[in-house]
Amino acid sequence: MTGPPDDIRGPSLWTSIRRPRRHREEGARAAVIAAISTVAVLGLILWWVLSSEAWPEVQRQFFNPSHFMAAWPAVLGGFWLNIQMFAVAEVLILIAALILAMIRALRGPAFFPLRALVIGFIDLVRGIPIILLILLLGFGVPALQLPGVPNSPLFWGVAALVISYSAYTAEVYRAGIESVHESQRMAGRSLGLTQVQSLRYVTVPQAIRNVIPALLNGFVSLQKDVALVFVLGVREAVREAQIYNARTFNYTAYVAAAVLFLVASVPVARFADWYTERVRRRRQGVGGV
Amino acid sequence: MKEIRRTKFLALLAVLSLALAACGDDGSEATTTTSDEADSCAVESLNMVNPGQLTVATGEPVFPPWMGVGDDNFDVPESGTGFEGALVYELAAEMGFSDDQVTFVRTGFDESIAPGPKDWDFNIQQYSITAERDQVVDFSDPYYETQQALVTFPDSPYAEPSSIEDLEGAVLGAAIGTTSLDFVEDVIQPDTAPSVYDENVDVEAAMNAGQIDGLVVDLPTAYFITAVQVEGSIIAGVFEAQAESPDEFGLLFEEGNPLVSCVNQALATLRDDGTLAALEEEWLTQEGDIPEIGG
Repeated sequence: MTGPPDDIRGPSLWTSIRRPRRHREEGARAAVIAAISTVAVLGLILWWVLSSEAWPEVQRQFFNPSHFMAAWPAVLGGFWLNIQMFAVAEVLILIAALILAMIRALRGPAFFPLRALVIGFIDLVRGIPIILLILLLGFGVPALQLPGVPNSPLFWGVAALVISYSAYTAEVYRAGIESVHESQRMAGRSLGLTQVQSLRYVTVPQAIRNVIPALLNGFVSLQKDVALVFVLGVREAVREAQIYNARTFNYTAYVAAAVLFLVASVPVARFADWYTERVRRRRQGVGGV
Repeated sequence: MKEIRRTKFLALLAVLSLALAACGDDGSEATTTTSDEADSCAVESLNMVNPGQLTVATGEPVFPPWMGVGDDNFDVPESGTGFEGALVYELAAEMGFSDDQVTFVRTGFDESIAPGPKDWDFNIQQYSITAERDQVVDFSDPYYETQQALVTFPDSPYAEPSSIEDLEGAVLGAAIGTTSLDFVEDVIQPDTAPSVYDENVDVEAAMNAGQIDGLVVDLPTAYFITAVQVEGSIIAGVFEAQAESPDEFGLLFEEGNPLVSCVNQALATLRDDGTLAALEEEWLTQEGDIPEIGG
C-alpha cells in the first residue's frame, strides 16, 4: 500500500474524478459509468415530470420565456441591492462574531460578567427566528422615534442580519478556538504574552484556519437570507419577483430570482469544497501520522 | 371549451332576462323565463368541490371592513359580517345554499393562484380583476368598484395634496398585489419607488415607524385604517384618476370552473334587486366629505 487508498479522499465532486496515474484506466471506466448513470437518472426524472398532464400549464406558469424577460430587469436590479446588503453584512458579521468569540474565550473570574453577557446575547439572539428579529427591529426601533436613531428599513434589516448571524458565527469561531490545543495557549503564556495577546497571536490565527469551511458555509446561507429584509418593504430581488407574480399571477419571476441566487452561491460552495480539500491535503502531506 | 362558451351564453341570457324582469313589475314572468338556466344552477346539479356545500376561500386573517367586523368577530368570516362576509351568505342564499352549507377555508395569496386543483369553489379577498390575471384564473363579474385613497398623518407635508404632482417627493407604501401599488407606480409616479409590503398591516407599521410618508389603499380600507388601526391618521384624499382600468373586485375561480356563470347569475340578481348597494351602504360607506386629489 503506497499512497492513500481512494476511499479516504474527500467527497469533493471534482477530485474524486481526478485519480492517480496508475488508476487511470479504472478512472476512465468509472467516468463512463458515472456519465451513463447520471444521464439515466436525470432522464428518468425528466420523463417523470414531463409525463405529468399538468406540465404544459406548469411550464407556462413557471418557465415562461416572455415572462422571464419581462421580469428580469426588475429582479436583477433588486438583486444588486441583495449583493450590497450581503457585502456590508458579511464584513460586519465576521468582525463582530470574532470579538464575541474572543470575549467568550477569556479566562478568569474577572471576565465573568463579560462572558455572561456574551453568552446571554448569543442565547437570546439564536432563540429568535431571524424573520421576527427583522420585523421587531425594522418596525419597532424606528417607531420609538428616538432622536439620532436612523429609521431606514434597509439599515435595520441589515442590522438584524448582522446581530443574528454574529451569534451563530461566534459559535463557529468558538469551536475553532477550542479546537486549538491547550498547549498552544500555554506556550504563548509562557513566552510572556498576556491572555489577550496569546489569544490574538497564537490561538485565533490557527482557529480561523480550522473553521474557514464552516465560515464559508455561513457565507452561502447569508447570501440567501438577506432576501428576508423584504418584509420591511425593501425591494430586493425576491420582493421584485413577488411584485411581478402578484401582478400577473405568473411564477416565472421567482425562477429568475432563483437563477440569480444560484449564480452567486454555487461558486462559493465550490470554492469552499476546493479549499477544504486543499487544506486537508496539505496537512496530510506535511504532518504524516 | 365549447361547453363553457355555451354556459356563458346562457348565463348572459339569464342576466339579460333578469334585468328585463327587474324593469317590469311582474316577478312571476322572470321565474318562467329563467327556469331552464335556473335548473342548471340548481344546488343538486352543481359540481361543487364538496358536494352540497359552498366552500369559500378567503385570506388568513381576514380584515374589516371586508369580513369579521365587530370586537367578537375579528377573523371570523362565519359571522357573516363585513361587506364580503355578508355578500358570501347573500350569494349562497341566492344560489340555494342554506347558511350552514357554507364553509370557509383559508388560503394565502400565493396558493390561491398557483396552478393545480383547488379545494374551494371560489376565493374572495378583494382580488382586483386584470386581464393578465384572467389568463391564469377566472373571475366573476365585479362585485365592487373602488377608488384609491391616500392615508397619512395630519402633520405630514403631504396631508393636503391638491393634485398628484404634489406627491412627487413622497415616499409612499402599498401592499403587494394590490391595485394601489400599480396606481402609485403608474399614475402617481413619485421620485422614490414605493415601498412594498406583504399586507396592509405592515404598511401601517412602516407609517408608524416614519419610514413612509403615506400609504395608498382602497377607500374602504382607508376608512378602517384611519378609524381603528393607525391612531391619528387621516384620509388625505381620494384620487380622481383611475389606473388604466377601473379597480374592480371579483371572486376568483380556478381556470375553467363552470360555476362562474351560476355565481354571476346570482350576483346579477343581487345587484338588480339592490342588495349589493345595500351591503355597500351598510359596510363600506362612512359619513363625512373626503377631499379629492386631482390628476
